[in-house]
Amino acid sequence: MRSRFDRELEQLHQELTRMGELCEEAISASVLALLEDDRAMAETARARERAIDQQERDIESLCMKLLLQQQPVARDLRTISSALKMIGDMERIGDQAADIAEITRHIGGAPLPGQVHIEEMTQAAAKMVTSSVASFVRGDLGMAQAVMAYDDVVDQLFCMVKEELTALIRRDASSAGEALDLLMIAKYLERIGDHAVNVAEWVAYSLTGSRYPGPPAADSAEP
Amino acid sequence: MAERTILAARDLDFYYGEVQALRHISINIPAARVTAFIGPSGCGKSTFLRTINRMNDLIPAARAAGSLTFRGQEIYAPDVDVTDLRRRVGMVFQKPNPFPMSVYDNVAYGPRTHGIRDRRRLDLIVEESLRAAAIWDEVKDRLKKSAMSLSGGQQQRLCIARALAVEPEVLLMDEATSALDTISAARIEDLTLELRERFTIVMVTHNMQQAARISDKTAFFLAGELIEFGNTERIFSMPRDKRTEDYITGRFG
Repeated sequence: MRSRFDRELEQLHQELTRMGELCEEAISASVLALLEDDRAMAETARARERAIDQQERDIESLCMKLLLQQQPVARDLRTISSALKMIGDMERIGDQAADIAEITRHIGGAPLPGQVHIEEMTQAAAKMVTSSVASFVRGDLGMAQAVMAYDDVVDQLFCMVKEELTALIRRDASSAGEALDLLMIAKYLERIGDHAVNVAEWVAYSLTGSRYPGPPAADSAEP
Repeated sequence: MAERTILAARDLDFYYGEVQALRHISINIPAARVTAFIGPSGCGKSTFLRTINRMNDLIPAARAAGSLTFRGQEIYAPDVDVTDLRRRVGMVFQKPNPFPMSVYDNVAYGPRTHGIRDRRRLDLIVEESLRAAAIWDEVKDRLKKSAMSLSGGQQQRLCIARALAVEPEVLLMDEATSALDTISAARIEDLTLELRERFTIVMVTHNMQQAARISDKTAFFLAGELIEFGNTERIFSMPRDKRTEDYITGRFG
């Protein structure tokens, strides 16, 4: 039954997984560029960002084709409309990774203050992105909800980094410029976490019909 | 706006001889709304549609059990005047079936049968019915021409005008657009939405997109049973029953 459509939906899942991987690679590369002052990694992050943009256009075309040819309803319609929304968030994740890589260009070789929790934030944000896309591909609501909850961890890390950077400026006013750049990077990572939450919410929508599924609401308008 | 039930079935069974075509159907069909019946061939949706104006009476050994009411009156009660029932519950079929007579006489046929002879009154009914069926402008200059000279889409709208001429309360449409091209079908769909203001419309369709576009309520039938009934938007976005989901997404079987 509808084996061609099912194959195309499987292809959509694969393309989304690929886009999620590109996002992860962009985040890792941008942070390696920062932590190890690696220019090649900054270039990698920008290259991934361009690949992510292309992937967004390809997935968009695939979704438009499926809407036109299959006229999907119910779960199929939710899957395809969620995919269209998710790729917008993933595209922003790619932009933010590229923005981080851009900042590393003018921080230029200064060692990262050891006490600042940027690396932990990076790992947490990247984990959210991976899990949110995986939850879509596996159709795993629990996993999507875990991503939404995990946002608090990233938000707390952001507050911690902010305090650490404030302390750094107090100790040594000459590091203020670098501290502000690091704060920008932390903010981008925090935004990446927010986009991953959006992706997870679209996963919840595709599975349940609600972006914020709670206990099933009474359908009072119906017999 | 609150919904008023105009047609109600309670544990309705229907048999063609030994074959049970409907099983324990219970449903409230709201007035002044479009209700669509969907389901695979042989699921009972057309049989149920035809119980509403007792079109099935023509089939030998067909019988109903349980309750089916129209404005609270039992449709299968022995004292029901079936001719009057069919005036109040009109029907449009899959294949346009104009009578082999003029456009005017097609529309005037029903009112004449019900005893209206006055020429001016008939003229008025014919014009109003043709206008309501969105075909007046196309036929006003050839009312005396044969209905058979009209295109398929025009013939179907003429059939709708003929049904409307006797001022029905309910209009049953049995795949009324499936034999038409997309433009004619779209005109009938638009017309359905306009008529909803004044009539209750119950339609059988195999076109899922059409059901999603123009109906307020959707009922899914399978093997003589009503599986799921609810607001169309909900049925096509979040069906509750897996069988409904499988059917509307084309993964049935």
